[in-house]
Amino acid sequence: MHAVKRQMILGVTGILMMLVSSVCFGAGIPDKVTINSIQKYYAPVSFNHAAHINKLKDCGLCHHHTTGAQVTDPNCARCHKNSGAQATVSCKGCHTAEPFTPEALKQQRDQQPPIYHRDKPGLKAAYHISCLGCHEKMHGPTGCQDCHKRNDGGDAIFKSGKYAPKAPAKPKAAHH
Amino acid sequence: MIERRDFLKGCLACGVTAATVSVASGKAMAAGSFEGYPDAMGVLVDLTRCVGCRSCEVACNNEQKLPEPDEAFDDMSVFKDKRRTTEKAYTVVNKYQVATEETLFRKIQCNHCTEPACLSSCFVNAYTKTKEGAVIYDASVCVGCRNCMIACPFNIPAYSYSSPINPLVKKCIFCYDTRVKDGKPPACVEICPQQVMTFGRRADLIKLGHDRIQANPAKYVDKLYGEKAVGGTSWMYLSSVDFDKVGMDGHIQNEPIISNVKDFLGFVPMVLTIWPALFTGVHLLATRNKGGHHDHEEGDHQ
Ligand code: SF4
Ligand code: SF4
Repeated sequence: MHAVKRQMILGVTGILMMLVSSVCFGAGIPDKVTINSIQKYYAPVSFNHAAHINKLKDCGLCHHHTTGAQVTDPNCARCHKNSGAQATVSCKGCHTAEPFTPEALKQQRDQQPPIYHRDKPGLKAAYHISCLGCHEKMHGPTGCQDCHKRNDGGDAIFKSGKYAPKAPAKPKAAHH
Repeated sequence: MIERRDFLKGCLACGVTAATVSVASGKAMAAGSFEGYPDAMGVLVDLTRCVGCRSCEVACNNEQKLPEPDEAFDDMSVFKDKRRTTEKAYTVVNKYQVATEETLFRKIQCNHCTEPACLSSCFVNAYTKTKEGAVIYDASVCVGCRNCMIACPFNIPAYSYSSPINPLVKKCIFCYDTRVKDGKPPACVEICPQQVMTFGRRADLIKLGHDRIQANPAKYVDKLYGEKAVGGTSWMYLSSVDFDKVGMDGHIQNEPIISNVKDFLGFVPMVLTIWPALFTGVHLLATRNKGGHHDHEEGDHQ
């Protein structure tokens, strides 16, 4: 009964996520998730959700307490030991893309309880802190372009590729 | 750096020994008593999160319309040197070997002091501390004397040497004109993939910083750098190692720098008359420091 309900919830939230391809893990758990929140500078990431699930098994490692997985972090467990599966499990369902607008800052400030959720990273940081942190531990790829290739817009601001500095770099003066 | 300030003190003092001391400057009187604007913004920098991607340097270059860099921003060979801010780069990221197996990166830019030494040392009043917390400057009145460069405890102001006749101060302005004045976060803060920098009201960030330490005492040293340093700074730092290991002065004074110099600030109008002599002194100093060996950051082993 409970499991069915949870699957339904996951189904609904799955639609909220940026899922693109077929579903084989059961109701609403996407095999692939396209992450394109910084497409101004980088090509979208086609995140292989299925492969990560197979490897990690524990949904809570990325989704915290929201999938109903047992939380291990004692700080989280204080409130979320038995809080069960939530209606929202996607990253962007909780982590806002623009965490520093005056409205977001006010909301963050007024948040209850006043500690843990108040220090919630924005969406881009939620991805990077979670992905990179784990990749470092598990020796996964950690280079920027290992996950997302820079596009022309990215090359332009990084002054790389065809935008590379023209003048041959002079031997640098020791210090100014 | 301390030596430079002492030198400045000496330099100013000897130039005006004949004059009588009278602390006329309102700025000087206020030393240490200014709590900061209540709604001033700030940035909490968590050094444990930085991965050294240099995106913040990219964003600053773009936002501040700075000249083309010497090498592409994805060139990681820059980490072999300890860089400082320049007229072409208001922020730079350096890499520090903090333990045999552990490196930390630190982004360097103006810390936007509550009681800025640059502001106090500037006799043409080029600097302003805005109510949003930014320390900005009016380059059109700058005479290029470099007092601020010497006074800054963080070694931040740089000069546009490309104009030798009229070198102007150049430094991070907290993206005041284009962003912070309108309540938007600075460009470097916004682009950072790791949210190394948290933008918010300074008062809230102090609480957030301490909460972060408390929630994870094994991870952080129990200090919020900048909460007290030199009278408080808008940009504050959390670290997993002693701040000395990442090129910061872990024993920096809590009193504003202005407290060190207020004795001679009364002479500020006098300085105008002795300007050529002062400039010569400063110039000599600048030349002497060309090797950069007085920067405490140089002491770090890579
Ligand atoms: S953008 Fe952020 S993670 Fe990248 S170097 Fe700058 S502070 Fe570090
Ligand atoms: S606040 Fe603005 S000017 Fe200062 S380092 Fe960041 S991007 Fe550059």
